Amino acid sequence: MAKPVSSELTRARVRSAWIFLAPMLGVLALVAGWPLIRTIFFSFTDATLANLTDYRFIGFDNFLEYYEGEWYGVMADPTWWRAVYNTVWFTVVSVSIELVLGMIVALTLNTAFPGRGMLRAAILIPWAIPTIVSAKMWGWMLHDQFGVLNDILMTLGIISAPVAWTASPETALWAVVMVDVWKTTPFMALLILAALQMLPSDCYEAAKVDGIHPVKVFFKVTLPLIKPALMVAIIFRGLDALRIFDLVYVLTSSARDTMSMSVYARQQLVDFQDVGAGSAASTLLFMIIAVLVLITIMTARVRLGEDER
Amino acid sequence: MKLSSLMIRASLVALATTGLAGPAAAQGVNISISCGAVGQELEICRQGAEAWAQETRNTVTVVSTPNSSTERLALYQQLLAAGAGDIDVFQIDVIWPGILGQHFIDLSAHVNGAEAEHFEAIVENNTVDGRLVAMPWFIDAGLLYYRSDLLEKHGASVPRSWQELTETARMVQEAERADGNDQMWGFVFQGRAYEGLTCNALEWIDAFNGGAIVDAEGNVTVNNPGAVSAFELASTWVNEIAPEGVLNYAEEEARGVFQSGNAVFMRNWPYAWALAESEESAIRGKVGIAALPRGGEDGKNTGTLGGWQLAVSQYSSNPEAAADLVRYLTSREEQKRRAIEAAYNPTIAALYEDEEVLAANPFFGELYETFVNAVARPSRPTGASYNRVSNEFWNAAHDVLSGRAEPQDALARLENDLRRMSRRGW
Repeated sequence: MAKPVSSELTRARVRSAWIFLAPMLGVLALVAGWPLIRTIFFSFTDATLANLTDYRFIGFDNFLEYYEGEWYGVMADPTWWRAVYNTVWFTVVSVSIELVLGMIVALTLNTAFPGRGMLRAAILIPWAIPTIVSAKMWGWMLHDQFGVLNDILMTLGIISAPVAWTASPETALWAVVMVDVWKTTPFMALLILAALQMLPSDCYEAAKVDGIHPVKVFFKVTLPLIKPALMVAIIFRGLDALRIFDLVYVLTSSARDTMSMSVYARQQLVDFQDVGAGSAASTLLFMIIAVLVLITIMTARVRLGEDER
Repeated sequence: MKLSSLMIRASLVALATTGLAGPAAAQGVNISISCGAVGQELEICRQGAEAWAQETRNTVTVVSTPNSSTERLALYQQLLAAGAGDIDVFQIDVIWPGILGQHFIDLSAHVNGAEAEHFEAIVENNTVDGRLVAMPWFIDAGLLYYRSDLLEKHGASVPRSWQELTETARMVQEAERADGNDQMWGFVFQGRAYEGLTCNALEWIDAFNGGAIVDAEGNVTVNNPGAVSAFELASTWVNEIAPEGVLNYAEEEARGVFQSGNAVFMRNWPYAWALAESEESAIRGKVGIAALPRGGEDGKNTGTLGGWQLAVSQYSSNPEAAADLVRYLTSREEQKRRAIEAAYNPTIAALYEDEEVLAANPFFGELYETFVNAVARPSRPTGASYNRVSNEFWNAAHDVLSGRAEPQDALARLENDLRRMSRRGW
């Protein structure tokens, strides 16, 4: 009779767990579930922003439509695929740079030196400034004629003529990456620093006794130990970067060279008033992010499993 | 829509830049008006609105809106689609009556026939399905600004064709740089991928008799020899006579370069005149203004028709008072004040013969023809799709300017895209 007693207890626990979870699930359903379902719903209609009550269902036409020998819809739009490419490129490049820089900053802040507390607080300032403000600020600093960046580089003799950072197709996406790295490296550093401070000191003492080179210690001891935390940081930042909007929009508005998936969706939805196509783009954006995150989590698990062996 | 409308409201409260003049009269109502903030636009708008407030013992709140007309339209669309009554009087672009008209009240009953004084073409433009949805406030057309001192110094004349402009700009730019002024550029304009580039590129095409993208019947006409020649010439400008940054310039960025003395020519709207001639301007007294050049011998002088109207939201809680503010601001006296103080072109033909107006703006009389014969963007034939058409057009122009597409290819692709877009009619 031991079994039913324990399952009675388990059931009670499960019940109270659900009761405690209910408010949060309710809020989640309201603020995340409902908009998501509504967006997917609208992606199958021809609704316009001017009149959201009067629409009809058009099936998958917003996604892909064959009409008089030609393909239409978001998935047949080269601009959309350009936006997908831009977003993925931006995510890979910016998160990689942030990871490396964040690691360096975290390792530095992890060592003891006078004024460390102050520096730890100060380094968070870029992260604390609202993106819209820092993007506008960088927009002026990057300005080709009166921007401070060109002035510094020209005074130092690094460039001979002002560079139009946000206007030239070659540098526009790099400018966005640069501002994003400036802004979110502190966040990365903070997460890595938290992981570094949890590390047991005995491994390091053993390595010191054995006279192992610090670089080897980093790759053989530190990196494997903080890997789970790194994966969380990468997924967080990756998710954030995939839905980038504000930075791109403020720096380069809706230019195709730098258009991200969110900027594309917004353009369809707001500028063109096409709630159907905009919702279709948002739905695709949602699915692309979901697939990429699944892939990241799965590869991370496989590697973590190997490490345990 | 509830959530987003709340957010917009919150941001509008933050944007509201001014309160009322004098104590809040208990019997008066508060009317909020959205004004542009390009140059001194906001200040001039505020003065006019406050004069009305004092006269009628009401109060006004002036709300400043984004400088980019593309963004301003997006903001209005969100506000109006949510049925928000936060703004009573909207300042709307000449291309918007068709897009936003359903949200505005019919003003004809409120202005007592005053619309008859204004240019007929604009009144017609503002009439949607027989309803006068907006009153004309000021008219705009693209103009050519030039540095008269530099042209004189280097023995050049005001260019009559775009080809001539390109040559003169290059010549003066090189000569000035040789004299040590290495920040000097030949020509600045609005090259960012937004509505302003549509206005600029339409002027190049129309000057070469290349039409207006889509004709009155809704046929796509953009791929023609005139347009190709215009785009071919424009493709030679960036990095030669114009800074590369022009690819991300709107009106104020271009004026920034020109007014700090670093450009020979500028394409801009009339508002830049009063600012270029203001006390703190570095180029005061050295600026000339002319109609935009023609596209070669057989081309024509043209300019894109712009201009702003005032409309009253049907979600306003005080439409009577709001319509009275519109009547006041679009009246002859107020338009005259705006013309003298800030070079805003009146929409009332008679004011172009007014001596005080002409004394403040000597170019008004001369350029009257340009204002009246300006080329209209195809917002009427394309209706609700206009934004899409304009977006495709400015992207094509942007690709040509930045050298990523050959003019011929870009126009062929644009024609195909527009034809696809209109597959079921506009």
